[in-house]
Amino acid sequence: MIQVRNLVKEFEGRIVLDDITTSFKKGAVNMIIGKSGSGKTVFLKCLIGLIHPTSGEIRYNGRNIMEMRAREMKRLRRDMGMLFQGSALFDSKTVLENVMFPLDMFSRMNVRERKKRAEFCLERVNLSHAADLYPSEISGGMMKRAAIARAIALNPKYLFCDEPNSGLDPKTAQLIDELISDITDDFGITSIVVSHDMNSVMNIGDNIIFLNEGVLEWQGSKDKIMDAKNEKLNEFVFASELFKKIKEADSIITENNCV
Amino acid sequence: MSIISSLESIGEYVELMRRVMAPPDRVREFFKEFSKEVYKLGVNSIWLVIIISFFIGAVIVMQIAINVASPLLPRFTVGVVSREIILLEFSSTIMCLILSGKVGSNIASEIGTMRVTEQIDALEIMGINSANYLIMPKVSAFVFFMPVLVALSMFLGMFGGYIICLFTGTPPVSTYIYGIQFFFRESFVWTSILKSMIYGFIIASVSAYFGYHVKGGSLEVGKASTDSVVINNILILAADLVFTQLVMG
Repeated sequence: MIQVRNLVKEFEGRIVLDDITTSFKKGAVNMIIGKSGSGKTVFLKCLIGLIHPTSGEIRYNGRNIMEMRAREMKRLRRDMGMLFQGSALFDSKTVLENVMFPLDMFSRMNVRERKKRAEFCLERVNLSHAADLYPSEISGGMMKRAAIARAIALNPKYLFCDEPNSGLDPKTAQLIDELISDITDDFGITSIVVSHDMNSVMNIGDNIIFLNEGVLEWQGSKDKIMDAKNEKLNEFVFASELFKKIKEADSIITENNCV
Repeated sequence: MSIISSLESIGEYVELMRRVMAPPDRVREFFKEFSKEVYKLGVNSIWLVIIISFFIGAVIVMQIAINVASPLLPRFTVGVVSREIILLEFSSTIMCLILSGKVGSNIASEIGTMRVTEQIDALEIMGINSANYLIMPKVSAFVFFMPVLVALSMFLGMFGGYIICLFTGTPPVSTYIYGIQFFFRESFVWTSILKSMIYGFIIASVSAYFGYHVKGGSLEVGKASTDSVVINNILILAADLVFTQLVMG
């Protein structure tokens, strides 16, 4: 269980995250949404300990990460898998070596077992055929899948994804969404996904957190997001013509039903 | 302001080195990376060392033969002087200044690119000491391989001079060989090797520092690479001055 209390982050006097208090649903896909520059990625990097907050608490099963010693933090990080916006695969390693890397560093398995586990992870993301290719030889969508395979190699408890769909076509984006959702269910992981893609939110979001200019404006499920009364959330959601039309169609159906 | 930022940079460098010198997370992985770096930074520099040492050694002998042509000086002086120049300064200091351009920029741009593409963040997320994992193998491999490059440079520098003597006869080959053996002090070779290992550490660690602290994109990676070469050159020359005064003075 991850809980955040009164989290504040300032960069040279500019407040980027303003007094955020929230919690993330265990074993579900939690989505942090908001427009560009709203502080989503900074929030995610605070959660994983890459950025040190100015004040506040981030608790993993009750333990505040700001009070953790280096060794304890290192242990916690082994429970985290991360999918970066640009995939962050190691250029000098093949796809299989990338997936094997966390196993090489931390598992007690022998080479054969490590390879088997890496191959299983690649199979899980339908990337077995690209095992011997280098990141520069595969497409953006394949890179994201390889990064997911690497993130789940050590059976993490938490999966963090920063804009997993950025730069992907709608079909591939949907595949990545489904993959994240399936992996969350299959492995019982708590996933935290940063996105500004409303299709993703409606596809896989179980618990949605909306940030606006560093402030947590709204939190709820995807079923409630269309009818939410928050003006800033509505501005964000219905910026898309498609969602505007869905909303209009929805109100027409509701009116007809009433008549 | 620049004094404060310089002091901050020194502090950051010391802090980075403290993290670099920590025990590796996995010794097996360290040796795997170490052997890769020996090949990449050391073995791949051999051709550069061969070409430069041979030609500069030849030119040194030619220049000395032309400029020290005096009836008051014996002809074997050409061999003595060129040997001292090659052993004490060329094969260690000048060669390291040249290598800082190749190896230093390579390290800074490689680590800088890893920083801007979040590969270093990925290592940190996995709970790996990224500074140790990335920098330690490079520093230790380059320092480890430096004596090989310096010894090769010494030999080829003097061999270049030998070839010039063979073709021009100024001075004759036998006089040149007599000169390079005359009053030979073995300690100069060890001094040169020790100096080059210190420079090797400077080149690898300072370049890694510049790469590791890149912020931004490809432009900043390029700037870090250039800055690392400039600072490396200044530090090598300053270290040469201090070392020469301490050891030879």
